[in-house]
Amino acid sequence: MTKPYSVFAGKIVRYIARLRGGGSALPGLFVETIDRGFVKDTLAQLPHGVVLVSGTNGKTTTTKIVVELLQGQGLKVFTNRTGSNFSRGVAAALLGDVDRRGKLHADIAVLELDEAHAVHFVGQIPPAYSLLLNVMRDQLDRFGEIDTTAGMLGQIAQATTDTVVINREDPRLRKLAKHLDARVSYFGLDEKLHATFPNDDDMHGASTARTKLPPTDVMLNAIGEKATFVIDGKKVSTALKLQGIYNVYNAAAALALTRAVMGAKLDQKKLIRSLAEVTPAFGRGERLVVDGQPCELVLVKNPSGFRLSLRSFDPAGVATMIAINDNYADGRDMSWLWDVDFDSLRRTGVAAVSGVRAYDMALRLQYDNVAVGNVDIDLAGALQNFLSEYKQSPKRIYCTYTAMLALRRELGTITDVEDVS
Amino acid sequence: MSAKKPLVILQLYPRDMNIYGDHGNALVLAQRAKWHGYAPKLISYNPGDSFPRDVDIIVGGGGQDSGQDNIQNDLLRIGPTLKQLAEDNTPMLMICGLYQLFGHSFKTQDGQIIEGIGLLDITTVAGPERLIGNIVTQSDLFGEIIGYENHSGQTTLGSDIQPLGTVIRGAGNNGADGFEGALWHNVIGSYLHGSLLPKNPAITDWLIRQAAVNKFGKFTPGDIDDNFAALARRHALKRPR
Repeated sequence: MTKPYSVFAGKIVRYIARLRGGGSALPGLFVETIDRGFVKDTLAQLPHGVVLVSGTNGKTTTTKIVVELLQGQGLKVFTNRTGSNFSRGVAAALLGDVDRRGKLHADIAVLELDEAHAVHFVGQIPPAYSLLLNVMRDQLDRFGEIDTTAGMLGQIAQATTDTVVINREDPRLRKLAKHLDARVSYFGLDEKLHATFPNDDDMHGASTARTKLPPTDVMLNAIGEKATFVIDGKKVSTALKLQGIYNVYNAAAALALTRAVMGAKLDQKKLIRSLAEVTPAFGRGERLVVDGQPCELVLVKNPSGFRLSLRSFDPAGVATMIAINDNYADGRDMSWLWDVDFDSLRRTGVAAVSGVRAYDMALRLQYDNVAVGNVDIDLAGALQNFLSEYKQSPKRIYCTYTAMLALRRELGTITDVEDVS
Repeated sequence: MSAKKPLVILQLYPRDMNIYGDHGNALVLAQRAKWHGYAPKLISYNPGDSFPRDVDIIVGGGGQDSGQDNIQNDLLRIGPTLKQLAEDNTPMLMICGLYQLFGHSFKTQDGQIIEGIGLLDITTVAGPERLIGNIVTQSDLFGEIIGYENHSGQTTLGSDIQPLGTVIRGAGNNGADGFEGALWHNVIGSYLHGSLLPKNPAITDWLIRQAAVNKFGKFTPGDIDDNFAALARRHALKRPR
């Protein structure tokens, strides 16, 4: 049983932390420490249980889509929408939403957790549904090897009680599906789109003879002005506000998960209507307006994500900036930049390069013969320069996680930036 | 002009052994060879392929355990060819997983012995923890070497081989003896990613020089702007482990 006093005290810490402009994890840590059962007890109250979203790329965007789709179906949804995808972030988010007695007024929780934290989490709280997006080389300096990461996702799948939704095109995830008690549902890609979404092995040239694949519940069939999905055998087309082809594939994942959760109660028309209205998550192709021109923030965390982003967005007519930090949350190893192909930026060049590892990035571009404008490790200065030099032009900034947080903070002083803390 | 001076750069097992941006090493070798006035040709060798006859530089990287399983038999098969090439002073760069398998053996956590090709006089055992982080070493040949290490294998040099560098900051071959990497004839083994070659152009140019001397009798360096590399090195040195 959660003790009301720890909820109350936690809320005060959260309030103070927010006044200080601090992060979301501190109040979470506080409550976790004084009341170990807080998260478990609170989530156990939910009638539809817990939905867990994990994988290397697309967690934040997909979680946001799932939340909005479920809300469109009439459910009251709790989520950890700060992108603080650690257990403490969940505790902190819960603190904001529970009443003083520790009661959470929601039907279902949709949580994004990174692989390592998810393993810890499911040990205490088995999810009813889980969605496994992909296993790519990300932050290997944190987890070791990609097969280890796949193993972590396997533990999440094992712990899931109702349905595991799996990316059919990821061979490591497909393997996990074999020994599960839970029901398995797949989302996937039409054959002709495979080249657009290489999995980790494809990207590294590994032998991937295409084997017989299981049928999908939701398949992304075509992308263009409208996105076309094949849902339960029927084609459905809709225009989307989501930017970038990779986000559209995340939408397929979110559709499959929502269908699993709603079961027979699903309202398919509302489902597609909600999907059409979803906007990108913060920093994931998010569009701000600066001096009357759009400025897009595109989060890049790993080679596959960076490659997919470069394919998703046309550089023509846009001033491009790249900001690379190497703090813990970004990953300290710069090797990943060398697994990204920057040829597509050769025609336009890159106007500005910044971040702690600006010179690593500039060096990378030099070897792909991409012209580089200003290089400045100071993010605030580089941003100001970039904004004034390209005042009349649409802009796009590719940035690592902590660089994105810093850039949003800077941009918040000159334009409307949604507060998501 | 440059068309007359081809240099063949062979990537060893890029399908299975190229984790952590090891492709960057091949890319940087090819680009700098071009900037030095040569005509580089980048080719791949994967398990089951026939080994090409004319090779001037060989690079190899690290892999998952599964990747190492895929290539091990094939590597043993071409081991004698590689040894001959090494004895003929062909420059090679082997990072992480292939560095280990170029040695005598690798003993896994559960005591299983994986046989290497014994080209380098080194042995490796799986350690209890991964050695991870930014690393700086000092080498007589190349000065300060800057990179990022990420390995659980602990490697010990035999009596017949010298280290690539001594550790200034980081763990190195095994976290105990202060050595990093290995150097024998023109073969460099190392745990350093980063990727290694972009931020250490001295090593890149040395590999190209050896290849050029082998093939054309001399090496005339081109004029390359290494300003970004110098600044990337300077900032990398300031980063925490």
